[in-house]
Amino acid sequence: MTDAMATIDILNYAFMRNAFIAILISTPIFALLGTMVVNKKMAFFSDAIGHSALCGIAVGVVFGFTSRSLSMVLFAILFSVLLNFVKDRTTYGADTIISVFASVAMSLGLVLLSIGGSFNKYTSYLVGDILSITTYEIAMLAICLVLVIIFWIISYNKLSADSLSRSLARSKGINGKVYDYVFSAFVAVVIMFSIRWIGILLINSLIILPAASSRNVSRNTRSYHLVSVILAVVSGVAGLVISYYTSTPTGPMIVLLLGGAFFITFVIHSFTKD
Amino acid sequence: MIEAHDHSACEGHCHCIEIKDLGVKFGNDVILKDVNLHMHCGQLTVVIGPNGAGKSTLLRAILGEIEHEGTIDFTETASGNRNEMKIGYVPQSLNIEREIPITVYDLFASFISRTPVWLFKSKKLYNRIYEQLKVFSVEDCIDKQVGKLSGGQLQRVMLSIAITPMPNLLILDEPVSGIDENGVRDFYRIVNELKTKHDLSILLVSHDLHLVKKYADKVILLDNTILAQGKPEEVYENPYFKEVFGND
Repeated sequence: MTDAMATIDILNYAFMRNAFIAILISTPIFALLGTMVVNKKMAFFSDAIGHSALCGIAVGVVFGFTSRSLSMVLFAILFSVLLNFVKDRTTYGADTIISVFASVAMSLGLVLLSIGGSFNKYTSYLVGDILSITTYEIAMLAICLVLVIIFWIISYNKLSADSLSRSLARSKGINGKVYDYVFSAFVAVVIMFSIRWIGILLINSLIILPAASSRNVSRNTRSYHLVSVILAVVSGVAGLVISYYTSTPTGPMIVLLLGGAFFITFVIHSFTKD
Repeated sequence: MIEAHDHSACEGHCHCIEIKDLGVKFGNDVILKDVNLHMHCGQLTVVIGPNGAGKSTLLRAILGEIEHEGTIDFTETASGNRNEMKIGYVPQSLNIEREIPITVYDLFASFISRTPVWLFKSKKLYNRIYEQLKVFSVEDCIDKQVGKLSGGQLQRVMLSIAITPMPNLLILDEPVSGIDENGVRDFYRIVNELKTKHDLSILLVSHDLHLVKKYADKVILLDNTILAQGKPEEVYENPYFKEVFGND
């Protein structure tokens, strides 16, 4: 009871309310997209997108975009498409290509943002600050959530089919590549809208950990999604509340809780293995 | 190139697939070149060849998955277009690990249905899949995780997916490992049964020369290009065959 009262109490602050809503909206997005990122072994890819965000910000600053989010989103889509394109056309391992792209993008971002010695302004992007989230960004996240759910309803089967066997998918008339590109672009856009509050250093954890934990205890696609979403939302809300009372940063607190969830499910998994 | 065309089998409906001057390159590597081949309807055509001969690449070119030179005509359809051709395909393997949270139902449904598998399980779809699995006696596997099936079970599940709906052409890439001798023999029996029961044209990439000889209507010996094609006994007597596989 006292916990509930306390939660209501902290929601009286507008910035906490915004943070709370942002978490409720964004954690399910991460949880859903994460299931496919983990199945497709794309953890490194989403990490690279996160790191390239710096470059997106820099491009926005250089070209004088009024909205930083817009420049980041355009950049993210471009970057993810380019990454996929090159990945499909090379005999190098995908991880090497991704690493090259991410390194270049991040370094370019750092250099551009440091011109004139102003990089300090942007350090908040590294660890994020949930309390800084704006109503505009929340609205964008809400749109993202709706789009991701629609995309998931229409395309999940095809994405999954493509990830299991592109040739088999092809024989059933599924053009896997197209879905793959759209999916990557979705991941990139969602990361960009969330980077401000979760931070470049931790964004990937939010995508990977709920799905990875869920995988430990799930045997079918439905429970995989359900457990992933529940873990993400619960850890998100709990992380916000705990960070409020302990005056610690929210992003890392959420990730710590998700990390805990991973180890618990991992232990459960090793005891229930058949 | 030595060809031993089999014209006697060309009764009524003739070529199902006609491949002319097919070539595939990955960068500077030539994987396939000057592949000319006719596949007859209602027959089991088997592709054999050493590792790296381009067998799987040939299948992927026929599936339309990779770019190639030359033409592939599906002569049974009015336009000769691949899109009008119903192709069933069984890949050599799936990208799965043991613990992947995907059941046979999820796997099956994601290839044949729009019903979102992550959201709910459709009773109607479940029953349909159950019936399709029953064709190959793997209906008990429907709720099992795909990573935990035996090689033979997984192959049967994939066969069920390939014939849902029943195709005109079935393309099979036989797994190299993971299936025991009995499993392989069962597989050939099933394939043969499918062919006769449903008048299917089947293209199979195989690694089992013994069973190929028993079941194939036509054998194609491939090593970057077609070295020999024709009836099994003809191809097996071909000097190229002995060169590639030895004398045993």
